[in-house]
Amino acid sequence: MTPDALLGGFTDAPRQSARAFRAALEAMARPGTLWPIDGAAPPAPLSVAAGVLILTLCDGTTPLHLGPSYDLPVVRDWVTFHTGAPLVAAKDAQFACGTWADLMPVDRFAIGLPDYPDRAATLIVEMPALTNQGPRLTGPGIATAAHLSLPETAAFRANRALFPQGFDTYLTCGAQVAGLPRSTNVEAV
Amino acid sequence: MYVAVKGGEKAIDAAHAWLAEERRGDTSVSELSVAQIRQQLTLAVNRVMAEGSLYDPDLAALAIKQARGDLIEAIFLIRAYRTTLPRLGASTPVETAQMAVCRRISATFKDLPGGQILGPTFDYTHRLLDFKLAAEGEVPAAPTAPASLDAVPHVTAMLNRDGLIQTEAQGNATPPDLTREPMELPTTRPLRLQAITRGDEGFILSMAYSTQRGYGRTHAFVGELRIGTVAVEMDIPELGFSVEIGEVELTECETVNQFKGSKTEPPQFTRGYGLVFGQTERKAIAMSLVDRALRWKELGEDNTGAPAQDEEFVLMHADNIQATGFLEHIKLPHYVDFQAELELVRKLRREALAQAEAAE
Amino acid sequence: MTDQTAYNFAYLDEQTKRMIRRAILKGVAIPGYQVPFASREMPMPYGWGTGGVQVTAACLVPEDRLKVIDQGADDTTNAVSIRRFFQRTAGVEVTEATADATVIQTRHRIPETPLTEGQILVYQVPIPEPLRFLEPRETETRKMHELEDYGLMHVKLYEDISRHGQIATAYDYPVKVEGRYVMDPSPIPKFDNPKLGGNAAIQLFGAGREQRIYALPPYTQAISLDFDDYPFAASKADHSCDLCAAPDSYLDEVITDDQGSRMFVCSDTDFCASRRAAGHIGPMGAPRAGADVE
Repeated sequence: MTPDALLGGFTDAPRQSARAFRAALEAMARPGTLWPIDGAAPPAPLSVAAGVLILTLCDGTTPLHLGPSYDLPVVRDWVTFHTGAPLVAAKDAQFACGTWADLMPVDRFAIGLPDYPDRAATLIVEMPALTNQGPRLTGPGIATAAHLSLPETAAFRANRALFPQGFDTYLTCGAQVAGLPRSTNVEAV
Repeated sequence: MYVAVKGGEKAIDAAHAWLAEERRGDTSVSELSVAQIRQQLTLAVNRVMAEGSLYDPDLAALAIKQARGDLIEAIFLIRAYRTTLPRLGASTPVETAQMAVCRRISATFKDLPGGQILGPTFDYTHRLLDFKLAAEGEVPAAPTAPASLDAVPHVTAMLNRDGLIQTEAQGNATPPDLTREPMELPTTRPLRLQAITRGDEGFILSMAYSTQRGYGRTHAFVGELRIGTVAVEMDIPELGFSVEIGEVELTECETVNQFKGSKTEPPQFTRGYGLVFGQTERKAIAMSLVDRALRWKELGEDNTGAPAQDEEFVLMHADNIQATGFLEHIKLPHYVDFQAELELVRKLRREALAQAEAAE
Repeated sequence: MTDQTAYNFAYLDEQTKRMIRRAILKGVAIPGYQVPFASREMPMPYGWGTGGVQVTAACLVPEDRLKVIDQGADDTTNAVSIRRFFQRTAGVEVTEATADATVIQTRHRIPETPLTEGQILVYQVPIPEPLRFLEPRETETRKMHELEDYGLMHVKLYEDISRHGQIATAYDYPVKVEGRYVMDPSPIPKFDNPKLGGNAAIQLFGAGREQRIYALPPYTQAISLDFDDYPFAASKADHSCDLCAAPDSYLDEVITDDQGSRMFVCSDTDFCASRRAAGHIGPMGAPRAGADVE
């Protein structure tokens, strides 16, 4: 195990994970809004936001897929030590983390079953930048319309067409997170 | 002037204080100790452990004391405590064939290896009130015999040797945990057995009884009922072998049931299985009957529509903590909903009366 | 429960909270769909808000101000009991003021004061399945949701109309969410149904005994089921509040003697008290909020 794997977790898990979850909840409930999220210091290339999401949501019961550029000993050891999440291939993952290029093609991920659409993957997509410029978002959680710097539109439109099945997405950059549930309509502008 | 119901906090505190006083009862009568409950109300303790899904006689006795003898309330206390406990590991399956039995009977064979052992049973007591007990009579010591070192093999294993009873599939799969995963229907036998063993004794008893009266009849005989202690062992990966971490008292019942056979299989007996914490034989026998009734599909039998064959019905209604909570919640305020109904009924009556008048 | 330090923040252990949080997020992503979750045995009875309590416990942060209401009132005994539980186990501030609360746990009402962004409304749900009383089997109702087969519900509502001349459901009135799932809004009066859709707050629903969590994200469409010729209509007692004179709030009917006298008062105690504090006085109200109650 890499020595840094032991560091950078929550120092007060009950309270830090509670605050992080509230950011994650607001982000998923209000697609296109950006939320600060912190409390941990994960090893590079994991962003603070991605690392905190993993600490908050993953444990021994949630298989996690690391995209190729994140599938590094230091990341694997950190995730394993702090969460115990089994590291798996894309098709078996409940959570996945990596760059958009890492996670392509996204049709490898679980979209849930017709009678259990909740059994779908959540993708944590690491972004070089995260802003309110980009494709137009409408749907649940959005009063009129929102904009978000998505890595592309086609994949999310295809995912929306699967509703109520489909994967759900967090976009992370630094200590910021945005959410894009499967229910959001995405249009290029 | 209108006085709203206020001061809920004060009322709750006062209710709790009164409850504590009532629990204690007349202070001129000496207080019950937890040890007395554990030692002298053992069957109540066993039921609380079984349906509380926690093997701890001292805590079960404490819960009975705290619950003023209301066993469902005591089970609730144990369940709520149990949920907060960390899961340190899982034991290896207990070997009931190695049980140190204090009672072992078979209804299917007059005598058998290991013998019939009546043990401490109410079975042949005449149910006459023993007024001597009211006067704190100490009992004379029961006669003893040297413990037999002979093996006490399972009756069904003996039948199985001749292929007369269906073989249960062995497996190393980790059974699902009813308390950690939401129930998904249809379910599996391990999950069903788990639900029934912690299910309400009265409910399981009535379900079993209904099968005997023809609602999903399975022609059950008690192949064997055994009560005794078994060792609980746990694999310690660091050591590379398992160690004994304690022992528990269990009641196990295996029923031998009729089976017609099919095109591919010659006629064979089938089994129902019951395993419950403590000396709890009514529950264990009932469990094995309900288990057997629920197996109709895998054994290729007809669904006659009997309640005991209906997995969803049995599993969704067996838990007395769920049942009692939901039942009793109707005493909580519902005046918002009631008001909505009241307005609706008034409106419907107004309209109906107006129509009736118009028709006259 | 005398020693609060013996329990984790907000009572539940972290693994349980993670499991509940994952279910909440999936619920938010699939509005109106009931997500199964491994409900824990709580130290209060099933049917008394264990689902709501678990959802609240999974959402609370130390900075929250929690409001708990039952039948719209902060002072009903079960609301008091649940509020105390979180004061004790999470150490959060509590409030009775809807506008000041960040998390509101409710049974049977949506507050009169419109909710805002940043607020979470947690509902206690007894039976989460809107089709349950039409079809008792989970295996069947799950299939109906999958196939979007809600014919049974429409038949039921239509039978109401043919028998009573109108839809005879006064509370627990089903809604269709974003044109997909039919959802049970918990036993709120249908007066509250119009507040379900397009709400600025996050609405989370927890059913502990039935092991289900579901959600309405903010600004989500939730339409009460009806027919073109029998449109849905919210209703309440045809009175104003006798304490605060509000003409448009949901009212409790209070019997004041055994001669048939009665009065009508807001079910939302905070709303009523705030109105009286602001000088709105009904025929039986005292000028100061709280002066007429003890």
